[in-house]
Amino acid sequence: MRDHSKIIYSTMTVLLAMSPLFLNKYWVDVLNNVGLYAILGLSLNIIVGHAGLFNLGHAAFYAVGAYTAAIFNTRFNIPVLWLLPLCALSAGLFAAIVMRPIIHLRGDYLCIVTIGLGEIVRIALINDIFGITQGANGIFGIDRPSIFGISIRRPHEFFYLIWGFVAVSVFFFHRLENSRFGRALNYLREDEVAAEGSGINVAHYKLACFVIGAAWAGMVGDIFASKMTIISPESFSFWESVLLFTLILLGGSASIPGVILGAFLIVGLPEVFRGIANARMLIFGGAMIAMMIFRTEGILPSRPRRYVLPDESSGESRA
Amino acid sequence: MEEFFQQLTNGLAVGAIYALIALGYTMVYGVLKLINFAHGELFTIGSYLGLTLLTSLGLSDVFGPVLAILLLAAMVMGLVAVVGALLERTAYRPLRESPRLSAVVSALGASIFFQNAVMLIYGARLRVYPLGILPRTAVNLFGIYLPLVKLLILFASVAIMTALYLYIHKTRIGTAIRAAAIDQGAARLMGIDVDRVILIVFLIGPALGGAAGLMVGLLYGQINFTMGWVYGLKAFTAAILGGIGNIPGAMVGGILLGVIEAMGAAYISIAWKDAIAFVVLILILIVRPTGLLGERVAEKV
Repeated sequence: MRDHSKIIYSTMTVLLAMSPLFLNKYWVDVLNNVGLYAILGLSLNIIVGHAGLFNLGHAAFYAVGAYTAAIFNTRFNIPVLWLLPLCALSAGLFAAIVMRPIIHLRGDYLCIVTIGLGEIVRIALINDIFGITQGANGIFGIDRPSIFGISIRRPHEFFYLIWGFVAVSVFFFHRLENSRFGRALNYLREDEVAAEGSGINVAHYKLACFVIGAAWAGMVGDIFASKMTIISPESFSFWESVLLFTLILLGGSASIPGVILGAFLIVGLPEVFRGIANARMLIFGGAMIAMMIFRTEGILPSRPRRYVLPDESSGESRA
Repeated sequence: MEEFFQQLTNGLAVGAIYALIALGYTMVYGVLKLINFAHGELFTIGSYLGLTLLTSLGLSDVFGPVLAILLLAAMVMGLVAVVGALLERTAYRPLRESPRLSAVVSALGASIFFQNAVMLIYGARLRVYPLGILPRTAVNLFGIYLPLVKLLILFASVAIMTALYLYIHKTRIGTAIRAAAIDQGAARLMGIDVDRVILIVFLIGPALGGAAGLMVGLLYGQINFTMGWVYGLKAFTAAILGGIGNIPGAMVGGILLGVIEAMGAAYISIAWKDAIAFVVLILILIVRPTGLLGERVAEKV
């Protein structure tokens, strides 16, 4: 069973890595968008999937990262890839500051507050807050990234940058979900009171997962800004947050393969239905309902954690 | 001071509309613990259906303006209620036993579905309500200019909300709704047909949303297919502000949000109008984490 899925995943990886060789520019660019959504999805997954917190305002953190990159790049000419840590820092810090007073809110109350946060950030960007975001038109003229003096411009080149980042993210979040931190998040998702009773500082862990998710989304913002070279507040609307939230639950929450599959569905399905132009979003909405009815847990749900007990050499047991 | 009262009445009219939509959110949430994200779209459907009936039937020629509007409202509410019941049947009932988040995604899917269905049927462009359905007279109350439309909206929504309050608190079915909201399992054991209660909630909520849709059409004269998103979000904010699941809370939250928005737009900045509502919401939730009228639920272990 396990080897079976390993073969599938490695075949998929090899196929994906070679895909720019036989796909045209348009489809490579579609894959690039899939990659960006996959990383954003992974960063949100730690909040929604693992900690079970409703976050419908992830675009706000993404926006903070993207605007940090755009402002520092256009004003101080710092190369965009060097700005990655700064984007992570600013988005993470922003999350830490704004989420701190409201982290204790439960379920749907947290949900509306994150929606509100996303809207406040978007409106602040439109209103040119601090005079640095240049209003509704956004910031343009952001540099392309360059690695060792080679400038990355074409979709084929971006493909390897973005999917390389996806690989790093998968590694990072895989390690994170199997760590003490990841287990603590799962515990508080399943039963907050019991987790608190077992000595897990619930508020601290909730805040930490928001900060990590936000920081990671901030770095995606940097890549996004340099890929588009122009960013405007409309790229970070409530709709983006909804898409990210949806892709996690369609693919399978708290499951890395699920989230990546979700990214393919969310970006891919509307592309596939492009032939029927106007009705494509209608079908997309219908498909969302149908998928939830037929695969309630998402397409590739996460499996329960398994532990091999030390004294039982042959048997596996559920913890 | 005149300016202040003018803004206050504007805020009250919009707030009454928010309150009507918020009631739909809060009632569904009370019974199913589900945020019905498609509710904003039911509101849009109400306002488009109102437009269709208004232009095709020509009621006001036969019955005179006020009676025609009442008839129109009854028809719109009935039709949207049917759409709401169908929505519950197809998108939510199969997910009754599944994790809460799956139902939320189904609701988001339904919202996208409805929004695009309206776009395909009526087109993506702004639609305009015919002028002169209601006489454009205004009442002058101590120097405050009150258009008839706003007065009508205020009266109608107060009437609807009072009726709803009495229905929920004085009738058998209302009692059943309250019981199912407190504990569905126990309600079932007491012989309450919970499926019927849910159906009733999905008839009342969308009907109120549809009425609100018609009101927006009459008040602003123009509608578009994405407006459900904005009004839905505001109304959901109002429901949370009052304490979700709490019916008087939704009414208070809606009115309060409308007034705050109008005042914020007038005295602080119109460009920040939408942000002000959310800032107030966050501030209130920091102080009262379960909304203004939401009761504190002690966690039982």
